[in-house]
Amino acid sequence: MHTGMKDYPSRSREIIRGDPGVREAVTGATIAFDRKRLQGYAEVDAEAWRRWAEGVKSHTLTHLDDYLAEAEARLEANGAEVHWAADAAEARRIVTGLADRYSVTSVVKGKSMVTEEIDLNPALEAEGIEVYETDLGEYILQLLEEPPSHILGPAIHKSLQQVQELFADRLGLEPDGDPDTLASAARQVLRDAFIRADMGITGGNFLVAETGTVALIENEGNIRLTTSLPRVHVAVVGIEKLIPRMTDLAGFLQLTARAATGQPIGCFVSLVQGPATHPDDDGPEAVHVVLVDNGRTDVLAHEHAWEALRCLRCGACLNACPVYRQTGGHAYGHVYSGPIGSVLDPGLVGLHEAMPLPFASSLCGACEDACPVRIPIPELLLEWRREAQEEGLTPWRERAALKGLAGVATRPGLYRVVGKIGSRLGGTGMARALPMLGEWAADRALPKPSRRTFRELWREGIE
Amino acid sequence: MRVALFVTCLADHYFAEAAADTVRLLRHLGCDVAFPADQTCCGQPAYNAGRHQEARRMARHALDVFGGAPADPTAADAVVVPSGSCATMVKKFYPRLLAGGADTSAPAALADRTFDLAEFIVHRLGVTKLGDGLAGRRVAVHQGCHALRELRLETEPAVLLEGAGAEVVPWEAEEECCGFGGLFSVKMTAVSAAMADRKLDTLPEVDWVVSGDGGCVLHLDGRNRARGTGVEFVHLATALWRGVAGDARVPADVARPAGVR
Repeated sequence: MHTGMKDYPSRSREIIRGDPGVREAVTGATIAFDRKRLQGYAEVDAEAWRRWAEGVKSHTLTHLDDYLAEAEARLEANGAEVHWAADAAEARRIVTGLADRYSVTSVVKGKSMVTEEIDLNPALEAEGIEVYETDLGEYILQLLEEPPSHILGPAIHKSLQQVQELFADRLGLEPDGDPDTLASAARQVLRDAFIRADMGITGGNFLVAETGTVALIENEGNIRLTTSLPRVHVAVVGIEKLIPRMTDLAGFLQLTARAATGQPIGCFVSLVQGPATHPDDDGPEAVHVVLVDNGRTDVLAHEHAWEALRCLRCGACLNACPVYRQTGGHAYGHVYSGPIGSVLDPGLVGLHEAMPLPFASSLCGACEDACPVRIPIPELLLEWRREAQEEGLTPWRERAALKGLAGVATRPGLYRVVGKIGSRLGGTGMARALPMLGEWAADRALPKPSRRTFRELWREGIE
Repeated sequence: MRVALFVTCLADHYFAEAAADTVRLLRHLGCDVAFPADQTCCGQPAYNAGRHQEARRMARHALDVFGGAPADPTAADAVVVPSGSCATMVKKFYPRLLAGGADTSAPAALADRTFDLAEFIVHRLGVTKLGDGLAGRRVAVHQGCHALRELRLETEPAVLLEGAGAEVVPWEAEEECCGFGGLFSVKMTAVSAAMADRKLDTLPEVDWVVSGDGGCVLHLDGRNRARGTGVEFVHLATALWRGVAGDARVPADVARPAGVR
């Protein structure tokens, strides 16, 4: 799904200039998340945990066909039905088909990025089915008709006041409710929705091949209800979510929580591996697992980008990213935003479609240090940049300038002359007239060149 | 020790006095400093933009200029770069860029002999005490991201500044990127400026902001002057030389890098 319109530079400018509350809210929340992550990492041997997790995920991805077959066989043995979706359209068809099969009129959903990715809600609503997002942040955004701005905290860009106004307007609350009051009001609405729902739809943090177990991590309890209360549970899971064994899951549950929020483990962990088999059992009558490709096998086949498929969707790279902090996720224009989005989106939707996201990074490397599965994000960004250059997806003036730089920098005599003239002209305000530098100079005082270059000082002798 | 100075384009043109201070500092610490005249740009602008072919040409040029074989009696023992970012280009990105080429041992050898200025003083020379010329001066340190996260120079600049008498004041956004990122600051101007604002908004009360990376300083100070935040930015080499020589031995007109007010 595309959140639409215009490109990253102008969208980010609009958010920073036009809606400064977003920058404030996102910066505050991400810094708080990031500190909790650092604390959560500090309590364990995070370096060893991250290396282990990287190894398990890389192993799984390089043996994905075997593990997918194993997971499918186990899920079916458990009584769940497995569906394969090659792309978003097929995934939507499968889920709406299931809704039709079970005569579903009302759906509750747990927070899930993959259902955002396949744009599921509009497809269900087009069939006349009511859909409730039950994660508080997602519920807020559903009321606002906005896409999530953050993998973990979808409404991270909203202030308390904005939510107060929204709930006053839509739920008839007093406009000064504290967060607990707001949450209670949402809970009231959602309790009714849970009781009414025929189908619960979730994503899946992990799919354990050995046992056919979909594992879900959360803090609010809404996913537990979504997976256990309605008569049908559909888990929509990206094929990269596989892990081999149950013992691996123990590590990943802890690492994901520490990376995401610094918690030792999520408040709720739901393990779903099939429908209720005995009349006394809790749980749905039917469990369906929709395994979604939607570009993932293309990413897996890519020489470098495949490493991004290790992603646990913890949001740690977003929280650590000083670029993301200025705008939140909407500036990026794709479901997956921030550092991981900028390396994943070009693989999932095509580089041309994802431009200029590989360039929406200062390459500071904070994301790589935060990543629980050690995805070399800056290196992958550079690889996408290289491909963008090779495919001619960058502005011709930029290409010409860099070719010129190489031409000059390999001719020392020419370099000395051009360097001196260039830096002198830059200081005179000429830079403001240049096509690429004009906008840059609007926000900044121009650098003043040294009166004499170092070369000149050296020639004269340095005392 | 024979040291070749890789001055970098920015220092050559915008921080000439800081580059001269690098030479003074290295000589003071007993180094014999050479300046290979044919040096140009390390190629990082092209590398970061994804133009690897151009970057490779510039890397090979640098190898020709600095990469004399260790057996060569005229070759320097070390190449010192007064910029963490350009040092990273040589140390980390040249080997990556030239991997699979005809000769991978030359980039590896140059990477081993190349040092960021603070890294060289602390780890190669083993010096942390420089003097007391900065006594009474409160400074904040901005670490360039490449020095911090690629070279893992987390404490070296602060250690040296303290070793020169300064009081290093903690800064909430100390380890956050300033938003320069070379081409990034030109392509994504609004975000880049907002990132600089975050740095400037959280700055504690200090006399100087010191950084070993000229690019970050030009960017932060450009924003600083546009906003009128009124902080003085000083290149690490200049700050450290003042620590050695004190104010008296540094003529007033070269006391701060000429790129800065």
